[in-house]
Amino acid sequence: MHIVVCAKQIPDPETPPSAFKIDAANNKVIPAQGIAPVLSQFDGIAAEAALRIKEANAGSKVTVISMGAESAQAAIKQVLAMGADEGVLLNDPAFEDGDSHTTATVLAAAIKKLGNVDAVFCGRQAADWDMGQVGLLVAEDLGWPVAIIAKGVAMGGAGLQVQRVLENGFESLETPLPAVVTVSNEFGEPRYPKLPQIMAAAKKTVTNWKLGDLGLDAGAVGKAGSRLKLEKLFIPEKGGKVELMEGDTPQAQAAALVARLQADKIL
Amino acid sequence: MAHNVLVVGELAGGSPTSTTLELLGGAQGLAAGGSVSVALLGTGASAAAAKAAGASKAFVSDDAGYDAVKAEQWLAALEVAVDQSGADLVLIAQSSAGREIGPRLAARKKTAVAMDCAKIEDAGGLKFTRPAYGGNALATYSIATSPAIATVRAKSFEEATGAGAGEVVQLPAAGASRTNITGMEKAVSAGLQITDATVVVSGGRGLGAPEGFKVVEELAAAIGNDKAAVGASRAAVDLGWYPPSQQVGLTGKVVNPDLYIAVAISGASQHMAGCSGSKTIVAINRDKDANIFGFAKYGIVGDWKAIVPALIEEIKKAK
Ligand SMILES: Cc1cc2nc3c(=O)[nH]c(=O)nc-3n(C[C@H](O)[C@H](O)[C@H](O)COP(=O)(O)OP(=O)(O)OC[C@H]3O[C@@H](n4cnc5c(N)ncnc54)[C@H](O)[C@@H]3O)c2cc1C
Ligand SMILES: Nc1ncnc2c1ncn2[C@@H]1O[C@H](COP(=O)(O)O)[C@@H](O)[C@H]1O
Repeated sequence: MHIVVCAKQIPDPETPPSAFKIDAANNKVIPAQGIAPVLSQFDGIAAEAALRIKEANAGSKVTVISMGAESAQAAIKQVLAMGADEGVLLNDPAFEDGDSHTTATVLAAAIKKLGNVDAVFCGRQAADWDMGQVGLLVAEDLGWPVAIIAKGVAMGGAGLQVQRVLENGFESLETPLPAVVTVSNEFGEPRYPKLPQIMAAAKKTVTNWKLGDLGLDAGAVGKAGSRLKLEKLFIPEKGGKVELMEGDTPQAQAAALVARLQADKIL
Repeated sequence: MAHNVLVVGELAGGSPTSTTLELLGGAQGLAAGGSVSVALLGTGASAAAAKAAGASKAFVSDDAGYDAVKAEQWLAALEVAVDQSGADLVLIAQSSAGREIGPRLAARKKTAVAMDCAKIEDAGGLKFTRPAYGGNALATYSIATSPAIATVRAKSFEEATGAGAGEVVQLPAAGASRTNITGMEKAVSAGLQITDATVVVSGGRGLGAPEGFKVVEELAAAIGNDKAAVGASRAAVDLGWYPPSQQVGLTGKVVNPDLYIAVAISGASQHMAGCSGSKTIVAINRDKDANIFGFAKYGIVGDWKAIVPALIEEIKKAK
């Protein structure tokens, strides 16, 4: 079983809102000072799901791929330290400022070039733009079936057995291989690599593929190939100023709140 | 400009869901002289067409094969509906089904989808606004290709009013799907759903233990089980203290109640992305600098273990 994990490096979503700034002229997020970018959380969970299948099925292999800046090497190394076998960075100026469609085009081309891939695991959504569509678009590009928002995935039945989180419960689904699965936080926490693994991963070479390596047209990727155009990125206004309930005792504070809510005709 | 809008509807108990009616309401406004169509798939679809307010035409199939959404079957039918309706705008709910159908339909129609939109307007072309960066930012997009597709959050539009679809067009029965559903486990709280409740009381990691939710449930019960439902932050859900179906936020549900009470929730942007549209937010938190107070109208700084029981007492007294 050869599983490809798609991993994206993103600005740390735990950045305090006060440090979150936008460059309005260029519709870009200004990286917060002193806060390093991270592996998108759901992608770490997707890697965990892939590694558990690798461990349960002898002879399996996990390859991690990431499209992004040179710095995305760090996200790749993190997944290698977790136990992935190989890493590929897809870095080319032509890939920049694209949309979900062009990202999927690049990732799918890399997966085709790798060859002999049985499954692709993605995060349910990248925790920067929160789109939740690249995994689905990769599946459509490859012509593979897909199961999204998985809380469990294992080999079995026709190929993979997946437990999905729906808005009103859980669904068990079976898919033949090859297939794409997107993994959600309900799956559980990713493993924490230990120092020797981190050091071993640091020594591994990460393959770098560019536009030409993937046989793609510059017009099909990055800004040139985008269909979804970002017109404006801005910080929404917060609500008004909070009125804190005064009172010496919890009873007094609670009574003050009930009085306000009654006056507002909410209670 | 006039638009031909296709709404991908969903059915519950033989009727269009409230979100479907909201999408139809949005479509009525955006059509501006163009047409509004709806696609309805599954048992009772033909009959439900008459209840799809605001649509002039319905594309339906009553085939029960569509009931449990297997996206590949829906996609095949929806591609036909898109072509026959001449839609240049397709609206889909940001639901379990919609999250999958939106991107795949976009791929098949060689166009793009804007996911999780909170606002769609025609301002010199269609503009789609959605939260990004965990709700820290809002992003407005345009779509260069046609049809433009959007998945839309619940409560983004007012429900449509008026007559249902007069003209009904039959779609083919459900075809094949490579994926196969082998089981379904319902996991929603009994009674009122958080998305329908006028009051939502949510608990967070600061409750300290799953038992804390018992007290939060008592608070909801004191307000009235016909009005109030209980939600949870993702931190509490990830700890296994409350079911995922009750999670409020970016990766959970969007709620817009009259009153949202956040108990021991810090107010991370990803949580607020699911509740900041509430009319009044009340925060109970022992940290006076907690982010939640930036969104709340009223706040109590203190330990929930003391505040919430007192609040339950006061609410009972006031009744
Ligand atoms: C991509 C992404 C998507 C996400 N989606 C969601 C989502 O859909 N929903 C969601 O909720 N989160 C989501 N999160 C997580 C989010 O960022 C926060 O981590 C989470 O909301 C924190 O939950 P919390 O407020 O319960 O916990 P904490 O942040 O730990 O806050 C606990 C609060 O309780 C208070 N407290 C502690 N003890 C007491 C006490 N005795 N009395 C009173 N107050 C007390 C503390 O002061 C603190 O403010 C997402 C994160 C990412 C990266
Ligand atoms: N630049 C990227 N490199 C590698 N994987 C990506 C990239 N962008 C998105 N993905 C994958 O696609 C998933 C969904 O991304 P999105 O549709 O952007 O929310 C992510 O969780 C990743 O698994």
